[in-house]
Amino acid sequence: MSSHLPLLQVVIPLLAAPVCVILHNRIAGWCLATLVSLVSFIIACTLLAQASSGEAITYALGGWAAPAGIEYHLDRLTAFLLVIITGLATFILLGARENLESEIAADRMYLFYTAFLLNMTGLLGVIMTGDAFNVFVFIEIASLSSYAMISISKDKRSLYAAYKYLILGTLGASFILIAIGLLYSLTGTLNIYDLHNRLADIENTRTLTTALVFFVIGIGLKAAIWPLHLWLPDAYTSSPSIVSTFLAGTSTKVFIYVLVRFLYSLFGVEFSFEVAGVQYLLLLMAAAGILYGSVQAVRQDSIKRLLAFSSVAQIGYMVLGIALASSAGLAAGLIHVFNHAIIKVTLFLCVANIIYYTGTDSISKLAGIGKKMPFTVAMLVIAGLSLIGVPLTAGFISKWFLIDAVIAKDLWLLVVLVVFSSILAVVYIWKIVEVAYFKEGDTVIHDRPVPYTTYAALMIFTAACIYFGLQTDVSVGVAMATAEGLTGIAP
Amino acid sequence: MEFIGHFNYWVVITLMMIGLYIVIAHSNLVKKLIGINIFQTSIFILFISMGKITGGTAPILSETHTLYSAPLPHVLILTAIVVGIATTALGLALVIRINKAFGTVEDDEIQKEM
Repeated sequence: MSSHLPLLQVVIPLLAAPVCVILHNRIAGWCLATLVSLVSFIIACTLLAQASSGEAITYALGGWAAPAGIEYHLDRLTAFLLVIITGLATFILLGARENLESEIAADRMYLFYTAFLLNMTGLLGVIMTGDAFNVFVFIEIASLSSYAMISISKDKRSLYAAYKYLILGTLGASFILIAIGLLYSLTGTLNIYDLHNRLADIENTRTLTTALVFFVIGIGLKAAIWPLHLWLPDAYTSSPSIVSTFLAGTSTKVFIYVLVRFLYSLFGVEFSFEVAGVQYLLLLMAAAGILYGSVQAVRQDSIKRLLAFSSVAQIGYMVLGIALASSAGLAAGLIHVFNHAIIKVTLFLCVANIIYYTGTDSISKLAGIGKKMPFTVAMLVIAGLSLIGVPLTAGFISKWFLIDAVIAKDLWLLVVLVVFSSILAVVYIWKIVEVAYFKEGDTVIHDRPVPYTTYAALMIFTAACIYFGLQTDVSVGVAMATAEGLTGIAP
Repeated sequence: MEFIGHFNYWVVITLMMIGLYIVIAHSNLVKKLIGINIFQTSIFILFISMGKITGGTAPILSETHTLYSAPLPHVLILTAIVVGIATTALGLALVIRINKAFGTVEDDEIQKEM
């Protein structure tokens, strides 16, 4: 049984999705989705314990050994990401039932849970698989279900946002497919690790460089790296708040993981960054994204849109770390993937609560909200401080490692940029705090109490924001070990 | 000879660019989806062309044939076609709902309403 855990991790949510349609009931759907997330979370934790020895676990599907068969490949990084995705899914679902029902039509609820389970299948599959074509298929499962999840909102703008995401997302996936096709034509294999070994003989061909560029552009569209982020602000703003919460915490992170896996494990550090020169492209995209995202975030009135633009900047931080091509940089990028997932989920949950209580997320209409929702706004401030990177919070750890890695490469301009962007983060978080605490106003539209389960979920995430700022053994440890494994140098 | 030898790939590039151009240039949401479809079809041709070997037959064990075309790209493309159909279906479903909600399927008119 326990030897089949890697497969069960992906198959359980996949099988639960059609069951959810058959159940055709919103309460039963929620129970099933939450139960499945919880089971997946437990499996992921078990897998992390198994993988923590450092030895990669492989699982050959149907007994066909790689490279002919499809294999699931599990190392510390994958197990760690599995824990993040399933953990976020479980705790978000536990606290979000009432909130979801307030933003989605009752007769569509069971369909939402189906899409949610499919999305989880896709994300977990992308992380788990060791087969390049499988990555494409799982990316599309995750993406298609997220288009559905975005468009399920009662807000009609969400339809257009989902459509825009569908067009750009499909282009991105098609680009990745072209890259995989070119790689296959060069080597005749699709296994990521087998590809890496075979590519060593044929470096410097134009086909390989073309494949790399197609891949980077494709995954850039999926992970919303500037300037390919155009779908992200609209998608996060108009989708149901809980959907934004889940997508902000998981989907872009998984695509960043694919970027790391392909650049470091498949193409190899030397080829990706030195021979093909993608390093400059990625550094430029990251730097511009950091600046653009933060500046745009300061200008927004809708908190959800503000957080979406802040996500664009934070994705820039992750790409910056990855593109440094040093093991310290990669570690910093991975630490930020984890910390930012928790921070953004906390912030979006706070906004979800505010929208549930007041019906709006427009900063100008929320004067005095700090007195009416003291708990939620306090949590928002703590998570906001963590986003800025104040010491004793999770955000500080990632900023610290990132700046350290950038200094080690002597890129002082980028250090200035990261610090400047953090100052802009102070500005946009302060915008919310100022309105919430220092302005008088009467904002409440529907005066319904936020359920205790939501508060509980929010408290868990906020506690995590602080806990991972103090206790860094797990996040930093895994990131360091992974970075050392992928680059061959201790950070 | 070079041009004729690479005929398939020229077709792929041409179709790819036509598809991409339609996606970017047209404001009609249905036409954009058609553009995406043409783009994806060009990738299908790319994969299948890569699998073909001149004189190769279908990969069936037989004493008279020794040269086989690669079957794997075909299988991959079957999967990719399924993904493409799912995307198109979802896209069209979204267009129907957009048409109901906004009363139009033109990009610029929807943007005005938002």
